[in-house]
Amino acid sequence: MANAELTGYRRADGRVGIRNHVIVLAVDDLSNAAVEGIARLVPGLLAIPHAYGRLQFGEDLELTFRTLIGTGANPNVAAAVVVGIEPTWTDRVADGIAATGKPVARLSIERHGDLAVIAEGARLGARLLQDASELTRESVSRAEVMLSIKCGESDTTSGLGANPTVSEVVDRTVGADGTVLFGETTELTGGEHLIAARCIDDEVRSKFQGFFDDYLQTVVAAGVDLLGSQPTQGNIRGGLSTIEEKAMGNISKTGTVPVVDALGPACPPTRPGLNFMDTSSAAAECVTLMAAAGAVLHLFPTGQGNIIGHPIEPVIKITANPLTARTMAEHVDLDVSGLLTQEYNLREAGDRLMALVDRTINGRLTAAETLGHREYVITKLYRSA
Amino acid sequence: MTDKESASPTEAAGEELGFLAHEPGDSVAVAVRDVEPGTAQMAVLTSPERREVRVNEPIPLGHKVALTDLSEGQAVIEYGETIGAARRAIATGDLVHVHNIRSTRWQTQS
Repeated sequence: MANAELTGYRRADGRVGIRNHVIVLAVDDLSNAAVEGIARLVPGLLAIPHAYGRLQFGEDLELTFRTLIGTGANPNVAAAVVVGIEPTWTDRVADGIAATGKPVARLSIERHGDLAVIAEGARLGARLLQDASELTRESVSRAEVMLSIKCGESDTTSGLGANPTVSEVVDRTVGADGTVLFGETTELTGGEHLIAARCIDDEVRSKFQGFFDDYLQTVVAAGVDLLGSQPTQGNIRGGLSTIEEKAMGNISKTGTVPVVDALGPACPPTRPGLNFMDTSSAAAECVTLMAAAGAVLHLFPTGQGNIIGHPIEPVIKITANPLTARTMAEHVDLDVSGLLTQEYNLREAGDRLMALVDRTINGRLTAAETLGHREYVITKLYRSA
Repeated sequence: MTDKESASPTEAAGEELGFLAHEPGDSVAVAVRDVEPGTAQMAVLTSPERREVRVNEPIPLGHKVALTDLSEGQAVIEYGETIGAARRAIATGDLVHVHNIRSTRWQTQS
């Protein structure tokens, strides 16, 4: 099982994807109708609409560009059709994606209108889709398949079962020279000292502490505490009582390996190993940022049953809560509730998740892919101009 | 075997387990099923220890029971770490949740 052959799509820039999507990406909210129109005419295309991209500025705008470019650049994407309201920002996003060497078509709506753009986008997209269909899987190594992890709607069963199961896969992946991203800055509160202690050197530790302190500062500056939001109402219903308890469960999915770097949101890692990324703890925001950094497969332990998926990064959901496994079976990729009753041990649960990871890399659809969950949410740092 | 099925048992389960604690020194343990008042079996993740615990009130799946008496303000230990403080005195066997413990990091109004 440890030696299962892994296959993927090696892109022009050398990075490895496990899916072969041709996306139609909106640069801004105004272009969503055209993006969806194109994908309706050519059903094999994958539309990625979103809510932002207008009158943003400064760091917030840079993050939006980085997220959009990173989405198109992600090796799960074979080619992209980029649609924006005007040509300048459309070019910026399209050029950023094209720098990876993959085919990119671009269209802007002003002076053409939706209908002409939809017709032309469908023509170009159809060609890209046919070309992408000829790309074939080849043998790849575990080190080339970048993973990300984030849990959601956690409860106490997360810390007892689902998260430690993910931990097993983190350790084994990093042990094979792989790369894993984790984040959720505020949800480390109460356990941040444990992450700081695992940073490989003082420079990484100081970067991590900087991200953590900044986030807490944001919370304090808002003049509120996060009572009622952290833990969430779902967390509390599941038995989690405090942010510290939630943080300990959260950290229990990160393996035992050192933290090799601390990254800004949507910034691609440069070092193999376990990388921290400064992200919100909201599931779709976090997964979107990690996918934009190049992660191609996400492991998502859940307690009460977060149902998230993502358009381009498959999300494997794991639960140790028997109630969730029973009542939400169509959302659950792996049930490890037997850990709670000690029917099997963590190593065995890790074996089962590892096998499912390998099958998913090789093409098995996740529950979220099957159900059409395509949550794509851009992280907004502050209000627009 | 599908992914939804359970792996084969690794040991005889013995009496049905009621609670799991993370570390031997923890002051709380988590219910792995809905547990009724009385006594129940508890296991510890990081040790072979298995013992009986007292249960004063119904503890739903995923909720915590106190393994020791806690005085007001005393730290609550889970995972071997402080996860909060008692809002008021808590007796061994009581349900431990937001009504009787609070975060020591994000201050609450009550």
